[in-house]
Amino acid sequence: MKCSNCGEREGVISLTHIEEGEVRTGSLCAACAKAKGIETGSELATTPLGGFLAALGESLGPEAGPTGRTEDRCGSCGATLRDFRETGRVGCADCYRTFATPLRELLRRLHGSTHHTGMRYEDGGPGPGTGPGASAPAARDRLREELRRAIEAEQFERAAELRDQLREPE
Amino acid sequence: MIDLSLLPDGGMSWLEASGPGSHLVVSTRIRLARNLRHHRFPTRSDPGEREAILSEVEAAAGTTRALGRAVRLRLDRLERLDRQLLHERHLLSRELAAPENGARGRSGGGLMVQDQTSLMVNEEDHLRVQGLRSGFALADTWSIVAALDRELGERLTYAFHPEYGYLTSCPTNVGTGLRASVLVHLPGLVLTKEINKILQGLTQVGLTFRGLYGEGSEVVGNLFQLSNQTTLGKSEGELLDQLGKLVRRVMEHEEQARQLLLRGAPAILEDKVWRAYGLLRHARMLSFEETMNLLSGVRLGVGLRLIPDVSLYTLNRLLVFTQPAHLVVSPGRPLSDDELPVRRAAVVRQELGLSA
Repeated sequence: MKCSNCGEREGVISLTHIEEGEVRTGSLCAACAKAKGIETGSELATTPLGGFLAALGESLGPEAGPTGRTEDRCGSCGATLRDFRETGRVGCADCYRTFATPLRELLRRLHGSTHHTGMRYEDGGPGPGTGPGASAPAARDRLREELRRAIEAEQFERAAELRDQLREPE
Repeated sequence: MIDLSLLPDGGMSWLEASGPGSHLVVSTRIRLARNLRHHRFPTRSDPGEREAILSEVEAAAGTTRALGRAVRLRLDRLERLDRQLLHERHLLSRELAAPENGARGRSGGGLMVQDQTSLMVNEEDHLRVQGLRSGFALADTWSIVAALDRELGERLTYAFHPEYGYLTSCPTNVGTGLRASVLVHLPGLVLTKEINKILQGLTQVGLTFRGLYGEGSEVVGNLFQLSNQTTLGKSEGELLDQLGKLVRRVMEHEEQARQLLLRGAPAILEDKVWRAYGLLRHARMLSFEETMNLLSGVRLGVGLRLIPDVSLYTLNRLLVFTQPAHLVVSPGRPLSDDELPVRRAAVVRQELGLSA
């Protein structure tokens, strides 16, 4: 079926929509679908993160700030946010700092949290941390300390997460 | 051609069917994704940097107890068929085994194997620490993986973020970097059509399922890899506990489904498993998918004690030895597409002790 918008290219996604009270079916080619802001399956399948990356792109307008601009480069590895969107892979550990805002949002969407509560690693080996066998009181002390720092830094969303974690029964 | 007999147990002790719950669970795998602090991640690094990473990791691993005696393989010196063999034995990821990497393996790519522990170097992450054991053995597998991770962490500088935890190439692995998978056989739930409900339930609690060969692989032969989906926000212990509890519940449901089938339709069930056995014993051409489905029928029959003379070990071995690279290796020459199904059927008959 030809694309019902341009009538030239082959349609790749079928579309059902309601126009003037009538249900209409049609087909769109990849270019027209993109122009209309509809993600096609072929694009989503290029990275394992698929829809998450697409959603990430939508939330990043031109005003997204220095860490969210697609052309900004990581000073350590040279990767851009565009590279990340295309490959689904981050270039180096520093990218998590360079692209802090979008990556934090992505981590929150992927995992429902941005706060690692597992084993901690200090240079020279894994630290005492909150991994299996770590004592619960030590973990709670660390959470309280982080909560205090988050409030001081006015990171209220983070503070709310920490408060919720502290409210959970031991 | 590499000599796979150099590998401890040929890298296949996970097929032994000796672990807990082996009548339902083939194997348990846990991997940790780790990266070095001062290097670009493998997808962004050049061959020279990957080479430096491999040397650094090999030097560190060589002094550990867990990998000090390891068999070391460099992927750029392995032929494609060898890499495929290692993939079929679950020791090498598809990414490192894949033909997309060309005839030569990825430069700087490495694999170390000792007992049930292995380490992939320069895969998607600098290090992929893996433990693979027979049966349902999350605690035992975790203990060997954590021990190796601890030893390596003392010798290498990992990329670790105070809030996010261990940093990885793909954000889906950030935090603990832990993916635990239990390969479980669920024909009862498939036959009673309960499986979709169970799988939907899994995804609602942060778990996921995959096929025999992990991410992106199809479910064949009613074998499902159940694993954690998220890696951040829960500790390693919590992730393993949650997965363990859920696998136990799925196993209970599977047992109930089997009993239901046995009570409700014993003749149909018995006919199904014996037909599967009959076909495997006598067929002269078998596709991979058909083989997996028939093996599932026989495995169900063995689990229900309807088929007495076949061991789970034999069935597990057939999961691996009927795959393309393993079929090609034994005659020692390339097989055409037409020859593969014939060869597969011969291997199955031979393994079932009936080469006639």
